[in-house]
Amino acid sequence: MKKLNQNGMDLKAIDTNTGIASLFLLVALAFLLSRGILPAWLIRIPEALVPPLAVWLDLIFNFIKDDLHLIDLTRAISGGLEVLLDITANLLYGRNRWPKLGPIPWAAVCASFVVLAYYLGGVRLALLALVTFVWTALIGQWKIAMQTMSVLTLAAPFAVLIGLGLGITAWKFRTFDKSIRPILSVLQTLPFFTYLLPAVIFFKVGPTAGAVATIMFAVPPMILMTTLGLRKVSTEIVEAGHMSGCTRWQMLRRVYIPAARTEILVGVNQVIMLCLAMVVLTAFIGMPGLGAKLLAMMGSFKIGRSFEIGITIVLFAIMLDRMSKAWVMKQPVHFDRGTQWWQRHKYFLLSLLAFVFFLLLSQLIPILAEVTRKQSFSQGKEIDKIIKGFLAIDSIKNTTEWLRWFLNVKVLIPFRNSLLWIPTPAFILIIMGLGWYLAGKKEALIAGLFFTIVAITGWWDRSVITLYTVISAVVLATFIGIPLGIVAARSTKWSSRILLACDTAQTFPSFIYLIPAIMLFGVNDVAVVFSILIFAAVPLTRYTIEGLRGVPPEMVEAADMSGATRFQKLLTVQLPLALPTMGVGFNQAINFAFFMVIIAAFIGTQDLGQELQRTLAGTELGKNFVLGMNVSLMALSFDFIITKWTETRKQALGLG
Amino acid sequence: MAKKPVISAKNVWKIFGANPKKYLSQISADYSFEQIKEDGYIAGVKDVSIDVHKGEMLVIMGLSGSGKSTLVRCLSRLHDITGGTISVDNQDIMSLTEKELIELRRSKMGMVFQSFGLLPHRTVLENVAFPLEMRGQDKYTRRERALEVIKLVGLEGREEYFPRELSGGQQQRVGIARSLAIEPDIWFLDEPFSALDPLIRREMQDEFLRLQGLLGKTIVFITHDFDEALRLADRIAIMKDGMIEQCSTPDQIVLNPATEYVRKFTEDVEKARVVNVEAIMEPTGKPRSSKNALYGNKKLRDVAKILASDTREFIPVKDTDDKLVGQINRKIALDIVFGE
Repeated sequence: MKKLNQNGMDLKAIDTNTGIASLFLLVALAFLLSRGILPAWLIRIPEALVPPLAVWLDLIFNFIKDDLHLIDLTRAISGGLEVLLDITANLLYGRNRWPKLGPIPWAAVCASFVVLAYYLGGVRLALLALVTFVWTALIGQWKIAMQTMSVLTLAAPFAVLIGLGLGITAWKFRTFDKSIRPILSVLQTLPFFTYLLPAVIFFKVGPTAGAVATIMFAVPPMILMTTLGLRKVSTEIVEAGHMSGCTRWQMLRRVYIPAARTEILVGVNQVIMLCLAMVVLTAFIGMPGLGAKLLAMMGSFKIGRSFEIGITIVLFAIMLDRMSKAWVMKQPVHFDRGTQWWQRHKYFLLSLLAFVFFLLLSQLIPILAEVTRKQSFSQGKEIDKIIKGFLAIDSIKNTTEWLRWFLNVKVLIPFRNSLLWIPTPAFILIIMGLGWYLAGKKEALIAGLFFTIVAITGWWDRSVITLYTVISAVVLATFIGIPLGIVAARSTKWSSRILLACDTAQTFPSFIYLIPAIMLFGVNDVAVVFSILIFAAVPLTRYTIEGLRGVPPEMVEAADMSGATRFQKLLTVQLPLALPTMGVGFNQAINFAFFMVIIAAFIGTQDLGQELQRTLAGTELGKNFVLGMNVSLMALSFDFIITKWTETRKQALGLG
Repeated sequence: MAKKPVISAKNVWKIFGANPKKYLSQISADYSFEQIKEDGYIAGVKDVSIDVHKGEMLVIMGLSGSGKSTLVRCLSRLHDITGGTISVDNQDIMSLTEKELIELRRSKMGMVFQSFGLLPHRTVLENVAFPLEMRGQDKYTRRERALEVIKLVGLEGREEYFPRELSGGQQQRVGIARSLAIEPDIWFLDEPFSALDPLIRREMQDEFLRLQGLLGKTIVFITHDFDEALRLADRIAIMKDGMIEQCSTPDQIVLNPATEYVRKFTEDVEKARVVNVEAIMEPTGKPRSSKNALYGNKKLRDVAKILASDTREFIPVKDTDDKLVGQINRKIALDIVFGE
């Protein structure tokens, strides 16, 4: 409060805001104090009052599905998709379908990719591609990796095309843009389980549904990046196009899209990464591949094998990310006049040549075509032993067990119980009070409305448990992320190193984060919190560094010249100025946590995620949607409040 | 003069805001820029009438925000005007359909931009050939023509380069080449040299004068640099707050500034470098000897030495054919040379 005043905000507005906020909190406090004498209907919404939302939704879905014959349409689409998927499946891992050519020997795929990587990013990228493919083949995971890739190679281009089309439409028509924007932000907070069930119902189980869910999941950022890119094309380039006598179509095709190349390719990068993350998760609806294998291995507690699959997924993630980013950076370079045709297309030809060469070679040397189970270098059991041995070392064992005990008994369970103890109305009032204090009227009312809806759906307790997991993980993550960020921000060298590490960590499919958690803590609440914690610490660290490094140098110099010690400087100048940026990180951490908490349901939690996962087994589309909506509503409430807060702070500090 | 104007603008208005057409119908022409601003509108161009004649170089000069760039965009219909009429070759451009407008630009207009407006994904050759490609010329002819213009602007050997591989000056040469590729009759240049550093700017101005000497296009040239305007212009239009303060030849602007605003620009100008002998010439009363006569098309500064040593009160002036055409008052001439 005091800080805000010093920064010259509108004092009156803040005073009323704080006033109303404290009013809300006081009423909430009254509820808490009188909890013993409150009637039961004020503590939880009585069962009788909960509307059967799931049933209604099911009715609507059934109407759309059967009476409007949407199912026929989607089944027709899935038929077409299936043909395409069969082709990639045949080529990449030899599924017995038309055109019956595959599987392509791994060495041939590897060789042509290495050349492509070299073309895009030089020796280092080529090396990365080489390591990724050779590792995958030698560890004996080529087939499952290609099962994953066969969906990805289809889903990514589809998502790009759909996103590009919708992005262009949104850019052309303001009203369309305005109407899809809220849908996009809901889609981006909707837990992935919510994508999966409709996909299953409308598009059959297996690769087809997996591909559809993946495409739907990856389209939103492509739309946003396309619109952004097209808006950013400089007016002069547009005018130059007009003065050259372009028709509308020529304008779009020859001027706008090429000039927005960078943003569009950034969109492509995001699509590829989201597709990978989602393809791994489609394991939950029975899509074979890396995800399914990982799920199975983790389920049977085969840590060594899970670890190996984890490395494969991580390697693929890094490789795909670096290669698509290198493509963004790749600027055209001219050829001198009279350059021969083969020189101009050197890399393409080389790639083709390498492909054919290894294709033929693999006929002679079978191991280049396929690494059989016996030949593979998989060390699953040995790694198991090492890890188990490592964890059995007394000091390590004691530490993890003490941590587990301490977190569980002293922190997590009491915190969860106290959250569950709070009467629903008080809970909503607290959220509104905080929202009003941090952001303002609009955000507080929205948050209140959203949480009220959550209460009415009848899934309050499970929602609160979800929330508890998210909050505890994010709070614990700040204890790691922020100090790490502060330390790293002190030197340029370490800043860029840690930022690179964060960048890399953010490309990993979220599923991966479960592996170390299960490894250390087994299957329980602590493991869930731990996996979310690592996942959420990444954006916190990242934005702390960016915030601190982004403090205008003249302000730091002014502090130095005023004789501030390092600690004073940090506390009085750097942290306050970095706070809005750190707020962005905090927001992302919460969003990530909501995402992760649903995935973590796999290791057994009692929250919405578990219920969501259960719906996948059946066809309870309505319930699935209600649950998904609850997660989305809670995530959106936080998103609105924190975003608004960072914006106001930034303005107050004059940081643009 | 019997010359028909190529571009003729009459009472042109360009207002930015919520509902400019309606707003314009409510106000009278003498509303000031500030009054309009108070009503929440911006007057980009305010009641401008101007003619551009064939083969003439009209320079529109003004500070940033004076509306000069808006005016040239109205003339090329990159902006739709709010009021008034603009005709190009006696054709009202506001009445053109999209197709006709495209046709007009494909055949008659070329434009050069301040930040070049080059397409980053295309080579020099492809950028220059772009307008030709748009009008559907085949690959061979457009390559031929593009190479020709690239040679004209002195970029031979860089045809395959991409814009980002070139310096600013070279990039603008590409911009100029592109605008000339379709052999336009009308050439718009929007502060073409402003983004360049002073030495390059000077070089490009010389280059531009050379090109204009070869091509003789009708030109509308925008600049905020008064010296550049004086150096290049046949006529200068000085703009302020969307209006033209004065439109005249460089001589006249320097010698007889119409408003206080224009006078301030001329203050620091060394007038003798701008004013021709002809500009202050008066008819000879009776036949005089053409002994030691001055050439009328010389700048006063170039004849300053003669003015200083020739003590006659009136000095005869001859044209390029050495024919006697008039005389100048030595005192007036010397006053200009010494800046009094």
